[in-house]
Amino acid sequence: MRSDVARAPLGLKLAAAAGLSFLLAPLLIIFVYAFTTEEKSFVWPPPGLTLKWFAVTWGRPDVWAALSLSVQVAAVSTAVALVLGTLCAAAVSQSRFFGRETISLLVILPMALPGIITGIALRSAFSLLEIPFSFWTIVLGHATFCIVVVYNNAVARFRRTSGSLIEVSMDLGADGFQTFRYIILPNIATALLAGGMLAFALSFDEVIVTTFTAWQQQTLPLWMLEELIRPRQRPVTNVVAMVVVLVTLLPILGAFYLTRDGDQVAGAGK
Amino acid sequence: MTAAVSLRSVSRHFGPVKAMDKVDLEIVPGEFFAMLGPSGSGKTTCLRVIAGFEQPTSGSIAIFGEDATGVPPYRRNVNTVFQDYALFPHFNVIENVAYSLMLRKVPKPERLRQAGEALELVKLSGYGERRPAQLSGGQRQRVALARAIVNRPSVLLLDEPLGALDLKLRENMQEELKSLQRTLGITFIFVTHDQGEALSMADRVAVFSEGRVMQVGSPEEIYTKPNSRFVADFVGSSNVLPPAFVEGVAGVRRWASLRPEAIRVGPPDVGRPCATMVSRIYLGSSTRLMLDLNGTRLHALVPSGPNVPLQGAQVAVEFDASALHLMEGEG
Repeated sequence: MRSDVARAPLGLKLAAAAGLSFLLAPLLIIFVYAFTTEEKSFVWPPPGLTLKWFAVTWGRPDVWAALSLSVQVAAVSTAVALVLGTLCAAAVSQSRFFGRETISLLVILPMALPGIITGIALRSAFSLLEIPFSFWTIVLGHATFCIVVVYNNAVARFRRTSGSLIEVSMDLGADGFQTFRYIILPNIATALLAGGMLAFALSFDEVIVTTFTAWQQQTLPLWMLEELIRPRQRPVTNVVAMVVVLVTLLPILGAFYLTRDGDQVAGAGK
Repeated sequence: MTAAVSLRSVSRHFGPVKAMDKVDLEIVPGEFFAMLGPSGSGKTTCLRVIAGFEQPTSGSIAIFGEDATGVPPYRRNVNTVFQDYALFPHFNVIENVAYSLMLRKVPKPERLRQAGEALELVKLSGYGERRPAQLSGGQRQRVALARAIVNRPSVLLLDEPLGALDLKLRENMQEELKSLQRTLGITFIFVTHDQGEALSMADRVAVFSEGRVMQVGSPEEIYTKPNSRFVADFVGSSNVLPPAFVEGVAGVRRWASLRPEAIRVGPPDVGRPCATMVSRIYLGSSTRLMLDLNGTRLHALVPSGPNVPLQGAQVAVEFDASALHLMEGEG
């Protein structure tokens, strides 16, 4: 029985608590500074607490511009990644062809490569091809790693989905489109949702690739970086940071819960 | 009469592998047809060619007189019960069964009625709301069966239909498949590697080996009159006797087969051929003997009892010359 298993010793509990606080305490400090009355520098403990920075943040057009750009970039990159990542996963998992393993590796590579390499590579490619920097260059940069997330999720689900489901569907009279609509999509939907949410979160707080692929535009992370260098209404950055933490945490939690169960192979009935 | 399925010189090659090599088959409407063979013999490929999942490399296929070469599976009036059942995990039982009706845009009440009828035929009424994951293996197979027969295909294909079931369930299902086939009057074609299954269920059997059809015939013909060493050996482990041996018994220099149960053994006697008992295996009502008759190995199946000779004993071997079946297919 599970309840009979010996409980963790005190030492282990303390170590776990220390590890968690090491990871999370800095976040809490950022949250606290969002309420401080001191605006030029960060002093601990905060001399006083106030909610006025929320109002100030609300009234700053540069915050809104950066937030809106970030949301747009993340949404479009995720959409691109969903289409391309799913197609790629379907090809790799449903059929055998020459170079299949290589393609599988190449798709995952952008994730393994340091972002700075991807950034430099994209920047030199853009200037070589004389593509002007724009919204779309940022999207392209983000799509390179968003595809990987979607691909990984989709490929795992495809592997767990019995290949004969598609054949059965065809056998019962469904053409390719109907099979996709009624059989494939419902079976991979949660995997796509999870992959999409992760991709969105990744794109939303990306800095390195964005610095190399953006020109004048500022995504939210880039805006924050600049705010830290120029001391002006500093707690505004902390308010935005809180929002970013929440915006990225929720989808990741969602993705975690969606993919947690369902370990059995879909459609293999024995 | 038009054949239900007719294959004319159908080959299916995968690179250098000839999965099917010039196969000719005529399957009669309404018959229960078995495709029997060891794994890799081409029987499953043959089933997939009939279903439309594989296209022949050469040759042609007709279903009820209509040319089906190149026709995709969704335009053939042929349905398949897969070996792993492949139920749709996101649908419940009734939605699984009604899937083909939904695709054909049958109105919902009519759809549910027909799906309910199909479930009744496989004795699963009342299971409509369950999910595939909540069913046992045997029940899943029945759902797969109901889903395949719901829109009355002209041919039903079954891939190793009893392969994943335990012994007791297998015997029940064997009889149910037979009676279902009689009720529906649909042509059933099933693939199996189990010769007992093929002989007991099928009206006719095709024995496959290395991509070719070795023999087609009724179970009795296949069992008592195998036309080749392969069929004799694969269908019920007959004794395959070399020409030199047969010449001494029947006077003809040909390969022959001899059923193990046609051999009688007795105490050594002058004037009768004498063999040495090599080993014996107790099988319950009968005992299987391995005999050495002047260097030729013979299997014999004799009733169990106190008279079964012991290992190493000398025994007289006897069989009627008429039990010896000369094989046409072997030179």
